[in-house]
Amino acid sequence: MPKRQKVLILYLATSMLDSDVIAWSVHDGTGKNFHMPGDSEEPPYETGTDALLDGWRLFQASTLEQHKSGDEFRTGYLKYEFFFEKIEEK
Amino acid sequence: MSQNKIMLTDEQMANFTAKGYLVLDSIIPEEINKQFLNDIGHTTNEPVDSVYDHYSRIMQKSTIPVVKAGTPLKESYEKGSALEKIIDNPIVSGAIDSLVGLDCVLDHHFLHITFPSKYYDGSKRRKMSQGNHQDSTINVNKSFDIQLFYFPHEVTKEMGGTRYIPGSHFRVVSEFAIARYQNVKGQQHVVCPAGTIIIMHMNIWHGAGVNNSDKIRYAFKIRLMPTKKQELLWTDKILYDDQKNDAIYWTDGNRKLNNIGTILNQTEPWFENDSGRLDIINRIKFWRYISADNNFDTKYWLTRLENDFQ
Repeated sequence: MPKRQKVLILYLATSMLDSDVIAWSVHDGTGKNFHMPGDSEEPPYETGTDALLDGWRLFQASTLEQHKSGDEFRTGYLKYEFFFEKIEEK
Repeated sequence: MSQNKIMLTDEQMANFTAKGYLVLDSIIPEEINKQFLNDIGHTTNEPVDSVYDHYSRIMQKSTIPVVKAGTPLKESYEKGSALEKIIDNPIVSGAIDSLVGLDCVLDHHFLHITFPSKYYDGSKRRKMSQGNHQDSTINVNKSFDIQLFYFPHEVTKEMGGTRYIPGSHFRVVSEFAIARYQNVKGQQHVVCPAGTIIIMHMNIWHGAGVNNSDKIRYAFKIRLMPTKKQELLWTDKILYDDQKNDAIYWTDGNRKLNNIGTILNQTEPWFENDSGRLDIINRIKFWRYISADNNFDTKYWLTRLENDFQ
């Protein structure tokens, strides 16, 4: 059977992988499940580490950016973004 | 405009500051809701051949006026029309006056129609909710617009009412750049009785849901822009104790924050541990702006930062 990538994006409360999930997105390349904005109220995992324990592989994490002078108190995008993947049969 | 307008309370203004919205449940009477649906040309008798056909029919039959951007709100709606009655409602006109002043102008208005997903059955596109976004574009002004969302009929959960993120209005982002976030902890979905109005700060993150019912969902949006500084528009005097110098963290265990301080310090489930503190600081700055009290503080958040000797 051909294999496809599943992607899980978790946004955490701090830069530590053990901290709580505050936002999430899921994309399933196997086509078995379809996800869309607003489709769940509870995160799939409590923390980033819980995703590792369930077999997700971490492949990207956001860097810690220095605060620009004059812009220290401006908030914007969610800061602590972690990309995970699983490779599964279609 | 209503002579008997009911201004917002200090607590409602603080809630708007913290959350970025106010929900006014079921404040428009049923006869005006029916008049509005009639005014827009809604009917359940005519078949809906396609989404495009229905929109065209509504636009041709509707009595919703074409209003030039910048038109004073007072001149935007014809006397006796449902929209004029809605704006003239004492609670609605009081809320508008409290937030942007009744001498505000109309930026734009629009009838959002969300069709049941069965109308798309023939389409090759997968039915999909709208991604999270902020309206318009980046706006870092202290002045703020409000958006009124009027729901002329009951909105049930399966109708996929607008999803919105409480407390997101101080986050500076660029429109749909936040669409990557499918779900945010603490997100809300509009579920409300007929005649409800939700007033949102212009920068609230939001997105429309999929309508899984068999009924068309309507939401009428009016964006209003102030024509003056939004300073003490809702009251002449705010009634709270000055708690700026109250002990923080190590207290006698009994002292409670006052009403405004309590509301402004409530964090959202999606706040990062560090950025959430910046969001509270931005709330305090906003409260100083609308209350004209440049000395206001709670938990020393701003005073600590202002203690700088050159």
